[in-house]
Amino acid sequence: MAEQNVLVFLPVLPSGELVGSAAGLLGAAAQLGTPVGVLVAGAGQGQAAAQAAGELGAAKVYLTENDDAPTTLTAPALEAVAAAWEATDPEAVLVPNDIDGRDIAARLAVRTSSAVAADAVGVHRDAEGVVAEHSVYGSAFTTESAPTHGALIITLREGAVEARAEAAQPEVITLDAAQPKSAAAVITGFAENVEASSRPDLRSAKIVVSGGRGLGSKEGFGLAEQLADALGAGLGASRAAVDAGYAPYSLQVGQTGVSVAPDLYIALGISGAVQHQAGMQTAKTIVAINKDPEAPIFDIADFGIVGDAFEVVPQLIETIKAKAQ
Amino acid sequence: MKIVVLVKEVPDSYGERKLNLTTGLADREASEKVLDEITGRAVEAAVSYAESADEVEIALLSMGPESAESTLRKTLAMGGDSAHHVVDEALLGADLTLTAQVLAAAVQKIGFDLVIAGDASSDGAGGLLPAMVAEQLGVAHATSLDSLQISAEAVTGERAGYGGTVSVQAQLPAVVSVTERLPDPRFPGFKGIMQAKKKPLETYSLADLGVDASADVPRSIMLSVSQTPARTAGEKITDEGDAGKRLAEYLIEKKVV
Ligand SMILES: Cc1cc2nc3c(=O)[nH]c(=O)nc-3n(C[C@H](O)[C@H](O)[C@H](O)COP(=O)(O)OP(=O)(O)OC[C@H]3O[C@@H](n4cnc5c(N)ncnc54)[C@H](O)[C@@H]3O)c2cc1C
Repeated sequence: MAEQNVLVFLPVLPSGELVGSAAGLLGAAAQLGTPVGVLVAGAGQGQAAAQAAGELGAAKVYLTENDDAPTTLTAPALEAVAAAWEATDPEAVLVPNDIDGRDIAARLAVRTSSAVAADAVGVHRDAEGVVAEHSVYGSAFTTESAPTHGALIITLREGAVEARAEAAQPEVITLDAAQPKSAAAVITGFAENVEASSRPDLRSAKIVVSGGRGLGSKEGFGLAEQLADALGAGLGASRAAVDAGYAPYSLQVGQTGVSVAPDLYIALGISGAVQHQAGMQTAKTIVAINKDPEAPIFDIADFGIVGDAFEVVPQLIETIKAKAQ
Repeated sequence: MKIVVLVKEVPDSYGERKLNLTTGLADREASEKVLDEITGRAVEAAVSYAESADEVEIALLSMGPESAESTLRKTLAMGGDSAHHVVDEALLGADLTLTAQVLAAAVQKIGFDLVIAGDASSDGAGGLLPAMVAEQLGVAHATSLDSLQISAEAVTGERAGYGGTVSVQAQLPAVVSVTERLPDPRFPGFKGIMQAKKKPLETYSLADLGVDASADVPRSIMLSVSQTPARTAGEKITDEGDAGKRLAEYLIEKKVV
Protein backbone atom coordinates (compact mmCIF):
# COMPACT_ATOMS: atom_id res chain seq x y z
CA MET A 1 0.00 0.00 0.00
CA ALA A 2 1.28 3.44 -0.86
CA GLU A 3 1.97 5.75 2.04
CA GLN A 4 -1.06 7.79 3.05
CA ASN A 5 -1.09 11.55 2.73
CA VAL A 6 -1.17 13.54 5.95
CA LEU A 7 -2.09 17.20 5.50
CA VAL A 8 -0.36 19.67 7.79
CA PHE A 9 -1.45 23.28 8.12
CA LEU A 10 1.71 25.37 8.66
CA PRO A 11 1.03 28.97 9.72
CA VAL A 12 3.32 31.64 8.32
CA LEU A 13 4.26 34.66 10.42
CA PRO A 14 4.07 38.21 8.99
CA SER A 15 7.88 38.02 8.66
CA GLY A 16 7.51 35.07 6.28
CA GLU A 17 8.91 32.54 8.75
CA LEU A 18 7.03 29.39 9.75
CA VAL A 19 5.67 29.34 13.31
CA GLY A 20 7.62 27.38 15.91
CA SER A 21 5.10 24.55 15.98
CA ALA A 22 5.88 23.58 12.36
CA ALA A 23 8.69 21.14 13.22
CA GLY A 24 6.57 19.16 15.67
CA LEU A 25 3.57 19.09 13.31
CA LEU A 26 5.64 17.72 10.43
CA GLY A 27 7.43 15.33 12.82
CA ALA A 28 4.06 13.96 13.93
CA ALA A 29 2.80 13.74 10.33
CA ALA A 30 5.86 11.70 9.31
CA GLN A 31 4.95 9.13 11.99
CA LEU A 32 1.67 8.57 10.14
CA GLY A 33 2.47 8.87 6.44
CA THR A 34 3.68 11.40 3.86
CA PRO A 35 3.66 14.95 5.25
CA VAL A 36 1.94 17.37 2.87
CA GLY A 37 2.18 21.00 3.97
CA VAL A 38 -0.48 23.66 3.37
CA LEU A 39 0.84 27.23 3.44
CA VAL A 40 -0.81 30.60 3.05
CA ALA A 41 1.87 33.26 2.76
CA GLY A 42 2.22 36.93 1.88
CA ALA A 43 3.29 38.03 -1.61
CA GLY A 44 6.85 36.95 -2.39
CA GLN A 45 7.20 34.92 0.82
CA GLY A 46 5.81 31.61 -0.42
CA GLN A 47 8.81 29.87 -2.00
CA ALA A 48 11.08 30.48 0.98
CA ALA A 49 8.39 29.28 3.39
CA ALA A 50 7.83 26.16 1.25
CA GLN A 51 11.57 25.41 1.30
CA ALA A 52 11.59 25.85 5.08
CA ALA A 53 8.68 23.38 5.29
CA GLY A 54 10.71 20.95 3.17
CA GLU A 55 13.67 21.20 5.53
CA LEU A 56 11.30 20.20 8.32
CA GLY A 57 10.00 17.21 6.34
CA ALA A 58 7.20 18.29 3.97
CA ALA A 59 7.34 16.09 0.85
CA LYS A 60 4.80 18.24 -0.94
CA VAL A 61 3.52 21.76 -0.30
CA TYR A 62 0.27 23.36 -1.39
CA LEU A 63 1.04 27.05 -1.50
CA THR A 64 -1.26 30.05 -1.72
CA GLU A 65 0.27 33.53 -1.92
CA ASN A 66 -1.87 36.55 -1.11
CA ASP A 67 -1.07 39.95 -2.56
CA ASP A 68 -2.60 41.77 0.36
CA ALA A 69 -2.82 41.00 4.04
CA PRO A 70 -5.82 38.74 4.62
CA THR A 71 -9.08 40.59 5.18
CA THR A 72 -11.24 37.69 6.27
CA LEU A 73 -10.79 35.58 9.38
CA THR A 74 -9.90 31.88 8.97
CA ALA A 75 -11.35 31.69 5.44
CA PRO A 76 -8.10 31.91 3.36
CA ALA A 77 -6.43 29.15 5.37
CA LEU A 78 -9.59 27.06 5.58
CA GLU A 79 -10.17 27.15 1.83
CA ALA A 80 -6.51 26.30 1.16
CA VAL A 81 -6.71 23.25 3.46
CA ALA A 82 -10.06 22.26 1.94
CA ALA A 83 -8.60 22.47 -1.60
CA ALA A 84 -5.58 20.38 -0.57
CA TRP A 85 -7.98 17.89 1.02
CA GLU A 86 -9.79 17.54 -2.31
CA ALA A 87 -6.52 17.02 -4.13
CA THR A 88 -4.89 14.53 -1.77
CA ASP A 89 -7.65 12.51 -0.07
CA PRO A 90 -5.70 12.56 3.21
CA GLU A 91 -5.93 10.01 5.99
CA ALA A 92 -5.32 12.65 8.63
CA VAL A 93 -5.08 16.43 8.94
CA LEU A 94 -2.82 18.03 11.55
CA VAL A 95 -3.19 21.64 12.65
CA PRO A 96 -1.61 23.42 15.63
CA ASN A 97 -3.85 23.58 18.68
CA ASP A 98 -3.88 27.37 18.65
CA ILE A 99 -6.72 29.79 17.93
CA ASP A 100 -6.43 29.80 14.13
CA GLY A 101 -5.70 26.08 13.96
CA ARG A 102 -8.77 25.24 16.02
CA ASP A 103 -11.03 27.37 13.81
CA ILE A 104 -9.75 25.60 10.68
CA ALA A 105 -10.14 22.14 12.25
CA ALA A 106 -13.64 22.94 13.50
CA ARG A 107 -15.00 24.16 10.18
CA LEU A 108 -13.25 21.47 8.14
CA ALA A 109 -14.61 18.72 10.41
CA VAL A 110 -18.19 19.90 9.98
CA ARG A 111 -17.76 20.52 6.26
CA THR A 112 -16.25 17.10 5.55
CA SER A 113 -18.28 15.34 8.24
CA SER A 114 -15.10 13.97 9.84
CA ALA A 115 -14.15 12.94 13.35
CA VAL A 116 -11.87 15.29 15.29
CA ALA A 117 -9.24 14.69 17.96
CA ALA A 118 -8.71 17.85 20.00
CA ASP A 119 -5.52 18.79 21.83
CA ALA A 120 -3.58 15.62 20.97
CA VAL A 121 -0.16 15.21 22.58
CA GLY A 122 0.97 12.46 20.21
CA VAL A 123 -0.09 10.31 17.28
CA HIS A 124 0.60 6.80 16.09
CA ARG A 125 -0.80 4.15 13.82
CA ASP A 126 -2.34 0.82 14.79
CA ALA A 127 -3.74 -1.98 12.63
CA GLU A 128 -6.95 0.00 12.06
CA GLY A 129 -5.42 3.35 11.23
CA VAL A 130 -4.60 6.67 12.87
CA VAL A 131 -4.71 7.01 16.67
CA ALA A 132 -4.44 10.26 18.63
CA GLU A 133 -3.08 10.40 22.18
CA HIS A 134 -4.49 12.82 24.75
CA SER A 135 -3.56 13.98 28.20
CA VAL A 136 -6.68 14.74 30.24
CA TYR A 137 -7.49 16.68 33.46
CA GLY A 138 -4.10 18.29 33.71
CA SER A 139 -2.38 15.05 32.64
CA ALA A 140 -3.92 12.94 35.43
CA PHE A 141 -5.18 10.59 32.69
CA THR A 142 -3.99 9.44 29.29
CA THR A 143 -6.49 8.47 26.60
CA GLU A 144 -6.35 7.35 22.99
CA SER A 145 -8.96 8.19 20.36
CA ALA A 146 -9.60 7.16 16.77
CA PRO A 147 -12.25 7.73 14.10
CA THR A 148 -14.85 5.02 13.46
CA HIS A 149 -14.12 5.62 9.78
CA GLY A 150 -12.90 8.39 7.51
CA ALA A 151 -10.03 10.80 7.99
CA LEU A 152 -9.11 12.15 11.43
CA ILE A 153 -8.68 15.88 11.98
CA ILE A 154 -6.21 16.49 14.78
CA THR A 155 -5.30 19.64 16.68
CA LEU A 156 -1.83 19.01 18.08
CA ARG A 157 -0.68 20.55 21.36
CA GLU A 158 2.30 22.77 20.65
CA GLY A 159 5.63 21.43 21.86
CA ALA A 160 4.18 18.00 22.72
CA VAL A 161 5.74 15.97 19.90
CA GLU A 162 9.53 15.65 19.92
CA ALA A 163 9.87 13.50 16.79
CA ARG A 164 11.30 15.33 13.80
CA ALA A 165 10.93 14.40 10.14
CA GLU A 166 13.80 14.02 7.69
CA ALA A 167 14.39 16.97 5.40
CA ALA A 168 12.83 16.65 1.96
CA GLN A 169 12.96 18.52 -1.36
CA PRO A 170 9.32 19.49 -1.57
CA GLU A 171 7.20 19.46 -4.69
CA VAL A 172 5.44 22.85 -4.61
CA ILE A 173 1.92 23.14 -6.01
CA THR A 174 0.50 26.64 -6.27
CA LEU A 175 -3.17 27.17 -5.47
CA ASP A 176 -5.13 30.27 -6.33
CA ALA A 177 -6.79 31.95 -3.38
CA ALA A 178 -10.31 30.52 -3.22
CA GLN A 179 -13.52 32.36 -2.49
CA PRO A 180 -14.76 31.66 1.05
CA LYS A 181 -17.54 29.07 1.10
CA SER A 182 -18.77 30.02 4.58
CA ALA A 183 -19.74 33.39 6.01
CA ALA A 184 -16.66 34.94 7.60
CA ALA A 185 -15.72 37.73 9.97
CA VAL A 186 -13.57 40.52 8.58
CA ILE A 187 -10.15 41.51 9.89
CA THR A 188 -10.17 45.24 10.57
CA GLY A 189 -6.69 45.62 12.00
CA PHE A 190 -3.47 43.88 12.96
CA ALA A 191 -0.97 45.03 15.56
CA GLU A 192 2.30 43.17 15.27
CA ASN A 193 3.85 42.06 18.57
CA VAL A 194 6.92 44.06 19.36
CA GLU A 195 9.09 41.38 20.92
CA ALA A 196 11.92 43.17 22.67
CA SER A 197 13.73 39.95 23.43
CA SER A 198 14.93 37.02 21.42
CA ARG A 199 13.77 34.51 24.03
CA PRO A 200 12.70 31.11 22.74
CA ASP A 201 8.99 30.53 22.38
CA LEU A 202 7.43 29.39 25.63
CA ARG A 203 5.66 26.46 23.95
CA SER A 204 8.70 24.87 22.38
CA ALA A 205 11.47 25.97 24.78
CA LYS A 206 13.63 23.25 26.36
CA ILE A 207 13.79 25.25 29.58
CA VAL A 208 10.98 27.41 30.97
CA VAL A 209 11.31 29.86 33.85
CA SER A 210 7.97 31.04 35.27
CA GLY A 211 7.26 33.74 37.81
CA GLY A 212 4.25 34.04 40.12
CA ARG A 213 2.57 36.54 42.38
CA GLY A 214 5.37 35.89 44.87
CA LEU A 215 7.69 38.09 42.79
CA GLY A 216 5.60 40.95 44.12
CA SER A 217 5.70 43.53 41.29
CA LYS A 218 6.45 44.07 37.64
CA GLU A 219 10.00 44.99 38.61
CA GLY A 220 10.25 41.88 40.77
CA PHE A 221 9.12 39.80 37.82
CA GLY A 222 12.33 40.95 36.15
CA LEU A 223 14.02 38.29 38.29
CA ALA A 224 12.32 35.56 36.24
CA GLU A 225 13.36 37.36 33.05
CA GLN A 226 16.99 37.53 34.20
CA LEU A 227 17.07 33.83 35.00
CA ALA A 228 15.36 32.97 31.72
CA ASP A 229 17.98 34.95 29.80
CA ALA A 230 20.86 33.43 31.76
CA LEU A 231 19.60 29.94 30.88
CA GLY A 232 18.41 30.70 27.33
CA ALA A 233 14.95 29.75 28.53
CA GLY A 234 11.38 30.63 27.56
CA LEU A 235 9.46 32.84 29.99
CA GLY A 236 6.16 31.90 31.63
CA ALA A 237 3.88 33.20 34.38
CA SER A 238 1.10 32.11 36.71
CA ARG A 239 -2.38 33.52 36.29
CA ALA A 240 -2.03 35.58 39.43
CA ALA A 241 1.09 37.20 37.97
CA VAL A 242 -0.75 37.88 34.70
CA ASP A 243 -3.77 39.29 36.55
CA ALA A 244 -1.49 41.57 38.54
CA GLY A 245 -0.03 42.89 35.27
CA TYR A 246 3.52 41.52 35.75
CA ALA A 247 3.35 39.63 32.44
CA PRO A 248 1.11 39.46 29.36
CA TYR A 249 -1.60 36.81 29.08
CA SER A 250 0.28 35.08 26.25
CA LEU A 251 2.78 33.89 28.88
CA GLN A 252 0.22 32.28 31.19
CA VAL A 253 0.98 28.64 31.94
CA GLY A 254 -1.84 26.39 33.10
CA GLN A 255 -5.30 25.11 32.51
CA THR A 256 -6.52 28.28 30.83
CA GLY A 257 -3.17 29.25 29.42
CA VAL A 258 -0.40 27.40 27.65
CA SER A 259 0.53 23.77 28.38
CA VAL A 260 4.27 23.23 28.36
CA ALA A 261 6.39 20.08 28.61
CA PRO A 262 10.01 21.28 28.72
CA ASP A 263 13.07 19.36 29.97
CA LEU A 264 13.30 21.79 32.88
CA TYR A 265 10.61 24.00 34.48
CA ILE A 266 11.62 26.47 37.18
CA ALA A 267 8.80 28.04 39.23
CA LEU A 268 9.64 31.20 41.17
CA GLY A 269 7.13 32.44 43.75
CA ILE A 270 4.37 30.18 42.43
CA SER A 271 2.23 28.30 44.93
CA GLY A 272 1.36 25.48 42.51
CA ALA A 273 -2.45 25.55 42.35
CA VAL A 274 -3.94 22.57 40.46
CA GLN A 275 -4.83 24.84 37.57
CA HIS A 276 -1.19 25.90 37.25
CA GLN A 277 0.08 22.33 37.61
CA ALA A 278 -2.25 21.32 34.77
CA GLY A 279 -0.05 23.22 32.35
CA MET A 280 3.42 22.15 33.49
CA GLN A 281 3.42 18.87 35.37
CA THR A 282 4.64 16.85 32.41
CA ALA A 283 7.95 18.74 32.46
CA LYS A 284 10.83 16.28 32.84
CA THR A 285 12.41 18.09 35.78
CA ILE A 286 10.60 20.59 37.98
CA VAL A 287 12.39 23.05 40.26
CA ALA A 288 10.50 25.29 42.71
CA ILE A 289 11.64 28.17 44.83
CA ASN A 290 9.05 29.31 47.35
CA LYS A 291 9.10 30.87 50.82
CA ASP A 292 6.27 28.71 52.06
CA PRO A 293 7.35 25.14 52.94
CA GLU A 294 3.70 24.03 52.61
CA ALA A 295 3.24 25.31 49.03
CA PRO A 296 1.69 22.55 46.87
CA ILE A 297 4.30 23.12 44.14
CA PHE A 298 6.75 21.17 46.34
CA ASP A 299 4.58 18.03 46.00
CA ILE A 300 5.58 17.75 42.35
CA ALA A 301 9.03 19.38 42.41
CA ASP A 302 12.13 17.24 41.80
CA PHE A 303 14.21 19.89 43.52
CA GLY A 304 12.51 22.27 45.92
CA ILE A 305 14.04 25.19 47.76
CA VAL A 306 12.27 26.74 50.69
CA GLY A 307 13.58 30.26 50.50
CA ASP A 308 13.39 33.76 49.08
CA ALA A 309 13.63 33.79 45.30
CA PHE A 310 15.35 37.19 45.46
CA GLU A 311 18.23 35.64 47.40
CA VAL A 312 18.46 32.26 45.72
CA VAL A 313 18.16 33.27 42.07
CA PRO A 314 20.99 35.85 41.87
CA GLN A 315 23.35 33.30 43.42
CA LEU A 316 22.12 30.67 40.94
CA ILE A 317 22.75 32.97 37.98
CA GLU A 318 26.21 33.89 39.28
CA THR A 319 27.21 30.26 39.82
CA ILE A 320 26.02 29.18 36.38
CA LYS A 321 27.78 32.08 34.68
CA ALA A 322 30.99 31.30 36.55
CA LYS A 323 30.82 27.63 35.53
CA ALA A 324 30.23 28.56 31.91
CA GLN A 325 33.49 30.47 31.70
CA MET B 1 -31.96 40.99 19.38
CA LYS B 2 -31.81 37.42 20.56
CA ILE B 3 -28.63 36.08 22.18
CA VAL B 4 -28.09 32.40 22.91
CA VAL B 5 -25.35 31.67 25.46
CA LEU B 6 -23.83 28.17 25.46
CA VAL B 7 -23.60 27.05 29.07
CA LYS B 8 -21.42 24.20 30.25
CA GLU B 9 -21.32 22.32 33.51
CA VAL B 10 -17.90 20.92 34.40
CA PRO B 11 -16.27 19.00 37.27
CA ASP B 12 -14.72 21.48 39.70
CA SER B 13 -11.05 21.82 38.81
CA TYR B 14 -10.20 22.53 42.47
CA GLY B 15 -11.37 19.04 43.40
CA GLU B 16 -10.27 15.63 42.24
CA ARG B 17 -11.40 14.84 38.69
CA LYS B 18 -11.61 11.28 37.47
CA LEU B 19 -12.25 9.36 34.30
CA ASN B 20 -14.00 6.01 34.58
CA LEU B 21 -11.26 3.56 33.59
CA THR B 22 -13.71 1.22 31.85
CA THR B 23 -15.84 3.65 29.85
CA GLY B 24 -13.37 6.51 29.55
CA LEU B 25 -16.17 8.92 30.45
CA ALA B 26 -16.04 11.51 33.21
CA ASP B 27 -16.76 9.94 36.57
CA ARG B 28 -19.71 12.10 37.57
CA GLU B 29 -19.72 10.92 41.16
CA ALA B 30 -16.09 11.87 41.71
CA SER B 31 -16.43 15.64 41.67
CA GLU B 32 -18.62 18.64 42.36
CA LYS B 33 -20.32 20.15 39.31
CA VAL B 34 -19.83 23.82 38.70
CA LEU B 35 -20.52 26.31 35.93
CA ASP B 36 -17.45 26.40 33.69
CA GLU B 37 -15.50 29.51 34.62
CA ILE B 38 -15.25 31.02 31.16
CA THR B 39 -18.93 30.24 30.51
CA GLY B 40 -19.68 32.56 33.41
CA ARG B 41 -17.88 35.36 31.56
CA ALA B 42 -19.88 34.62 28.40
CA VAL B 43 -23.12 34.96 30.38
CA GLU B 44 -21.84 38.17 31.94
CA ALA B 45 -21.09 39.63 28.49
CA ALA B 46 -24.66 38.90 27.33
CA VAL B 47 -26.32 40.16 30.52
CA SER B 48 -24.34 43.39 30.66
CA TYR B 49 -25.15 44.10 27.00
CA ALA B 50 -28.87 43.47 27.67
CA GLU B 51 -28.71 46.06 30.47
CA SER B 52 -27.34 48.68 28.08
CA ALA B 53 -29.56 48.09 25.04
CA ASP B 54 -33.25 47.79 24.27
CA GLU B 55 -35.11 44.62 23.51
CA VAL B 56 -32.38 42.10 24.08
CA GLU B 57 -33.55 38.61 24.88
CA ILE B 58 -31.14 36.06 26.34
CA ALA B 59 -31.58 32.30 26.11
CA LEU B 60 -29.21 29.98 27.99
CA LEU B 61 -28.59 26.65 26.31
CA SER B 62 -26.91 23.57 27.71
CA MET B 63 -26.51 19.99 26.53
CA GLY B 64 -25.79 17.68 29.44
CA PRO B 65 -27.12 15.14 31.91
CA GLU B 66 -30.05 15.78 34.28
CA SER B 67 -27.77 17.59 36.73
CA ALA B 68 -27.15 20.38 34.21
CA GLU B 69 -30.61 21.69 35.03
CA SER B 70 -29.50 23.04 38.39
CA THR B 71 -26.49 24.70 36.77
CA LEU B 72 -28.85 26.32 34.26
CA ARG B 73 -31.06 27.59 37.11
CA LYS B 74 -28.06 29.06 38.92
CA THR B 75 -26.97 30.71 35.70
CA LEU B 76 -30.46 32.15 35.15
CA ALA B 77 -30.03 33.91 38.49
CA MET B 78 -27.28 36.02 36.89
CA GLY B 79 -29.75 37.17 34.24
CA GLY B 80 -31.26 35.89 31.02
CA ASP B 81 -34.85 35.20 30.09
CA SER B 82 -35.09 31.48 29.48
CA ALA B 83 -33.12 28.27 29.77
CA HIS B 84 -32.98 25.37 27.34
CA HIS B 85 -31.70 21.94 28.25
CA VAL B 86 -30.94 19.19 25.75
CA VAL B 87 -30.92 15.91 27.62
CA ASP B 88 -31.01 12.46 26.06
CA GLU B 89 -29.55 9.06 27.01
CA ALA B 90 -28.17 8.71 23.50
CA LEU B 91 -25.87 11.69 24.12
CA LEU B 92 -23.77 9.92 26.75
CA GLY B 93 -20.21 10.04 25.45
CA ALA B 94 -21.18 12.25 22.47
CA ASP B 95 -18.15 13.36 20.44
CA LEU B 96 -17.52 16.94 19.34
CA THR B 97 -19.15 16.54 15.94
CA LEU B 98 -22.40 15.24 17.42
CA THR B 99 -22.37 17.84 20.19
CA ALA B 100 -21.96 20.64 17.66
CA GLN B 101 -24.80 19.26 15.54
CA VAL B 102 -27.10 19.05 18.56
CA LEU B 103 -26.27 22.53 19.84
CA ALA B 104 -26.71 24.05 16.38
CA ALA B 105 -30.10 22.35 15.99
CA ALA B 106 -31.19 23.71 19.38
CA VAL B 107 -29.91 27.22 18.56
CA GLN B 108 -31.94 27.11 15.32
CA LYS B 109 -35.02 26.06 17.21
CA ILE B 110 -34.63 28.81 19.81
CA GLY B 111 -33.81 31.42 17.16
CA PHE B 112 -30.72 33.67 17.37
CA ASP B 113 -28.88 36.73 16.19
CA LEU B 114 -25.79 36.06 18.26
CA VAL B 115 -24.37 32.99 20.00
CA ILE B 116 -21.83 33.56 22.79
CA ALA B 117 -19.71 30.75 24.25
CA GLY B 118 -16.58 30.36 26.36
CA ASP B 119 -13.53 29.63 24.22
CA ALA B 120 -12.51 26.42 25.99
CA SER B 121 -13.96 24.70 29.00
CA SER B 122 -11.83 23.58 31.93
CA ASP B 123 -12.58 19.88 31.46
CA GLY B 124 -12.34 19.13 27.77
CA ALA B 125 -10.51 22.22 26.57
CA GLY B 126 -11.15 21.27 22.94
CA GLY B 127 -11.85 24.86 21.99
CA LEU B 128 -13.45 23.68 18.74
CA LEU B 129 -17.13 23.73 19.51
CA PRO B 130 -18.02 27.40 18.85
CA ALA B 131 -16.55 27.42 15.31
CA MET B 132 -18.16 24.01 14.63
CA VAL B 133 -21.54 25.42 15.64
CA ALA B 134 -20.91 28.43 13.36
CA GLU B 135 -20.19 26.15 10.40
CA GLN B 136 -23.32 24.13 11.17
CA LEU B 137 -25.39 27.32 11.28
CA GLY B 138 -23.73 28.77 8.17
CA VAL B 139 -22.72 32.01 9.94
CA ALA B 140 -19.47 33.83 10.70
CA HIS B 141 -17.40 33.14 13.81
CA ALA B 142 -15.15 35.34 15.89
CA THR B 143 -13.56 33.05 18.45
CA SER B 144 -11.22 33.44 21.43
CA LEU B 145 -11.92 37.14 21.79
CA ASP B 146 -9.99 38.94 24.53
CA SER B 147 -12.42 41.86 24.24
CA LEU B 148 -15.96 42.08 22.92
CA GLN B 149 -18.26 44.91 21.84
CA ILE B 150 -21.80 44.09 20.78
CA SER B 151 -24.05 46.35 18.71
CA ALA B 152 -27.40 45.78 17.06
CA GLU B 153 -25.77 44.85 13.74
CA ALA B 154 -22.33 43.48 14.50
CA VAL B 155 -19.78 42.28 17.04
CA THR B 156 -16.18 43.44 17.24
CA GLY B 157 -13.25 42.34 19.32
CA GLU B 158 -9.57 41.47 19.48
CA ARG B 159 -7.83 38.15 19.56
CA ALA B 160 -4.33 36.73 19.44
CA GLY B 161 -3.04 35.85 15.98
CA TYR B 162 0.29 34.71 14.55
CA GLY B 163 2.81 37.34 15.54
CA GLY B 164 0.31 39.91 16.72
CA THR B 165 -3.16 40.96 17.78
CA VAL B 166 -6.01 40.81 15.28
CA SER B 167 -9.06 43.11 15.36
CA VAL B 168 -12.13 41.42 13.95
CA GLN B 169 -15.68 42.32 13.12
CA ALA B 170 -18.57 40.01 12.29
CA GLN B 171 -21.97 41.06 11.01
CA LEU B 172 -24.83 39.34 12.79
CA PRO B 173 -25.92 36.59 12.82
CA ALA B 174 -22.65 35.23 14.21
CA VAL B 175 -21.06 32.96 16.80
CA VAL B 176 -18.43 34.36 19.16
CA SER B 177 -16.35 32.81 21.92
CA VAL B 178 -14.61 34.73 24.68
CA THR B 179 -11.51 34.12 26.78
CA GLU B 180 -10.92 34.59 30.48
CA ARG B 181 -9.68 38.12 29.70
CA LEU B 182 -13.34 39.22 29.79
CA PRO B 183 -14.82 40.67 32.99
CA ASP B 184 -15.64 38.38 35.92
CA PRO B 185 -19.21 37.14 36.15
CA ARG B 186 -21.47 38.85 38.68
CA PHE B 187 -22.70 37.12 41.81
CA PRO B 188 -26.43 36.49 41.53
CA GLY B 189 -28.26 38.44 44.22
CA PHE B 190 -31.22 37.20 46.25
CA LYS B 191 -33.58 38.91 43.83
CA GLY B 192 -31.96 37.17 40.87
CA ILE B 193 -32.23 33.78 42.55
CA MET B 194 -35.95 34.31 43.30
CA GLN B 195 -36.65 35.50 39.75
CA ALA B 196 -34.75 32.57 38.25
CA LYS B 197 -37.21 30.14 39.83
CA LYS B 198 -40.00 31.61 37.74
CA LYS B 199 -38.18 31.76 34.43
CA PRO B 200 -39.06 29.14 31.80
CA LEU B 201 -36.77 26.13 31.46
CA GLU B 202 -37.47 23.93 28.48
CA THR B 203 -36.05 20.47 27.85
CA TYR B 204 -35.46 18.86 24.46
CA SER B 205 -34.75 15.30 23.42
CA LEU B 206 -32.82 14.40 20.27
CA ALA B 207 -36.12 13.54 18.60
CA ASP B 208 -37.38 17.07 19.36
CA LEU B 209 -34.35 18.43 17.51
CA GLY B 210 -34.49 15.94 14.65
CA VAL B 211 -30.96 14.67 15.34
CA ASP B 212 -30.08 10.99 15.00
CA ALA B 213 -27.14 10.09 17.26
CA SER B 214 -26.72 6.69 15.61
CA ALA B 215 -26.44 8.03 12.05
CA ASP B 216 -23.66 6.31 10.11
CA VAL B 217 -21.23 9.24 10.04
CA PRO B 218 -17.61 9.21 11.24
CA ARG B 219 -17.36 9.55 15.01
CA SER B 220 -14.43 9.88 17.33
CA ILE B 221 -14.23 6.94 19.72
CA MET B 222 -12.05 6.38 22.75
CA LEU B 223 -9.79 3.36 22.44
CA SER B 224 -8.12 3.33 25.82
CA VAL B 225 -7.85 5.26 29.05
CA SER B 226 -5.26 4.97 31.78
CA GLN B 227 -4.28 6.85 34.88
CA THR B 228 -0.95 8.64 34.73
CA PRO B 229 1.18 7.85 37.79
CA ALA B 230 1.13 10.88 40.11
CA ARG B 231 4.33 12.88 40.28
CA THR B 232 6.19 12.58 43.51
CA ALA B 233 8.22 15.11 45.43
CA GLY B 234 11.99 14.87 45.12
CA GLU B 235 14.67 16.59 47.14
CA LYS B 236 13.60 19.61 49.22
CA ILE B 237 16.07 21.88 50.96
CA THR B 238 15.77 25.01 53.05
CA ASP B 239 17.94 27.91 51.96
CA GLU B 240 20.81 28.52 54.33
CA GLY B 241 22.58 31.00 52.13
CA ASP B 242 23.91 28.45 49.65
CA ALA B 243 20.74 27.19 47.93
CA GLY B 244 21.51 29.03 44.67
CA LYS B 245 24.87 27.23 44.47
CA ARG B 246 23.33 23.89 45.33
CA LEU B 247 20.64 24.31 42.69
CA ALA B 248 23.29 25.20 40.10
CA GLU B 249 25.20 22.01 40.99
CA TYR B 250 22.00 19.96 40.74
CA LEU B 251 21.20 21.36 37.30
CA ILE B 252 24.75 20.92 36.01
CA GLU B 253 24.88 17.36 37.32
CA LYS B 254 21.57 16.58 35.58
CA LYS B 255 23.01 18.18 32.42
CA VAL B 256 19.92 20.36 31.98
CA VAL B 257 21.96 23.55 31.86
C1 LIG C 1 -10.98 27.78 36.24
C2 LIG C 1 -9.65 28.29 36.70
C3 LIG C 1 -8.61 28.33 35.79
C4 LIG C 1 -7.34 28.74 36.20
N1 LIG C 1 -6.33 28.72 35.28
C5 LIG C 1 -5.08 29.01 35.69
C6 LIG C 1 -3.98 28.93 34.79
O1 LIG C 1 -4.13 28.62 33.60
N2 LIG C 1 -2.73 29.20 35.26
C7 LIG C 1 -2.50 29.56 36.57
O2 LIG C 1 -1.34 29.78 36.92
N3 LIG C 1 -3.53 29.69 37.41
C8 LIG C 1 -4.81 29.43 37.02
N4 LIG C 1 -5.84 29.58 37.89
C9 LIG C 1 -5.56 30.27 39.18
C10 LIG C 1 -4.97 29.38 40.26
O3 LIG C 1 -6.03 28.79 41.00
C11 LIG C 1 -4.11 30.21 41.23
O4 LIG C 1 -4.87 31.25 41.76
C12 LIG C 1 -2.84 30.82 40.61
O5 LIG C 1 -2.12 29.83 39.88
C13 LIG C 1 -1.96 31.37 41.70
O6 LIG C 1 -0.84 32.00 41.16
P1 LIG C 1 0.50 32.16 42.05
O7 LIG C 1 0.99 30.82 42.42
O8 LIG C 1 1.42 33.04 41.28
O9 LIG C 1 -0.01 33.01 43.27
P2 LIG C 1 -0.20 32.62 44.79
O10 LIG C 1 -1.06 31.44 44.94
O11 LIG C 1 -0.55 33.86 45.50
O12 LIG C 1 1.25 32.17 45.25
C14 LIG C 1 2.34 33.03 45.41
C15 LIG C 1 3.44 32.20 46.06
O13 LIG C 1 4.63 32.96 46.13
C16 LIG C 1 5.31 32.64 47.34
N5 LIG C 1 6.24 33.75 47.62
C17 LIG C 1 5.93 35.00 48.05
N6 LIG C 1 7.05 35.75 48.12
C18 LIG C 1 8.08 34.96 47.71
C19 LIG C 1 9.49 35.16 47.60
N7 LIG C 1 10.07 36.34 47.85
N8 LIG C 1 10.26 34.11 47.18
C20 LIG C 1 9.68 32.89 46.91
N9 LIG C 1 8.36 32.66 47.03
C21 LIG C 1 7.56 33.68 47.42
C22 LIG C 1 4.21 32.43 48.33
O14 LIG C 1 4.66 31.59 49.39
C23 LIG C 1 3.12 31.77 47.49
O15 LIG C 1 3.22 30.35 47.54
C24 LIG C 1 -7.12 29.17 37.52
C25 LIG C 1 -8.18 29.17 38.42
C26 LIG C 1 -9.43 28.74 38.03
C27 LIG C 1 -10.55 28.73 39.01
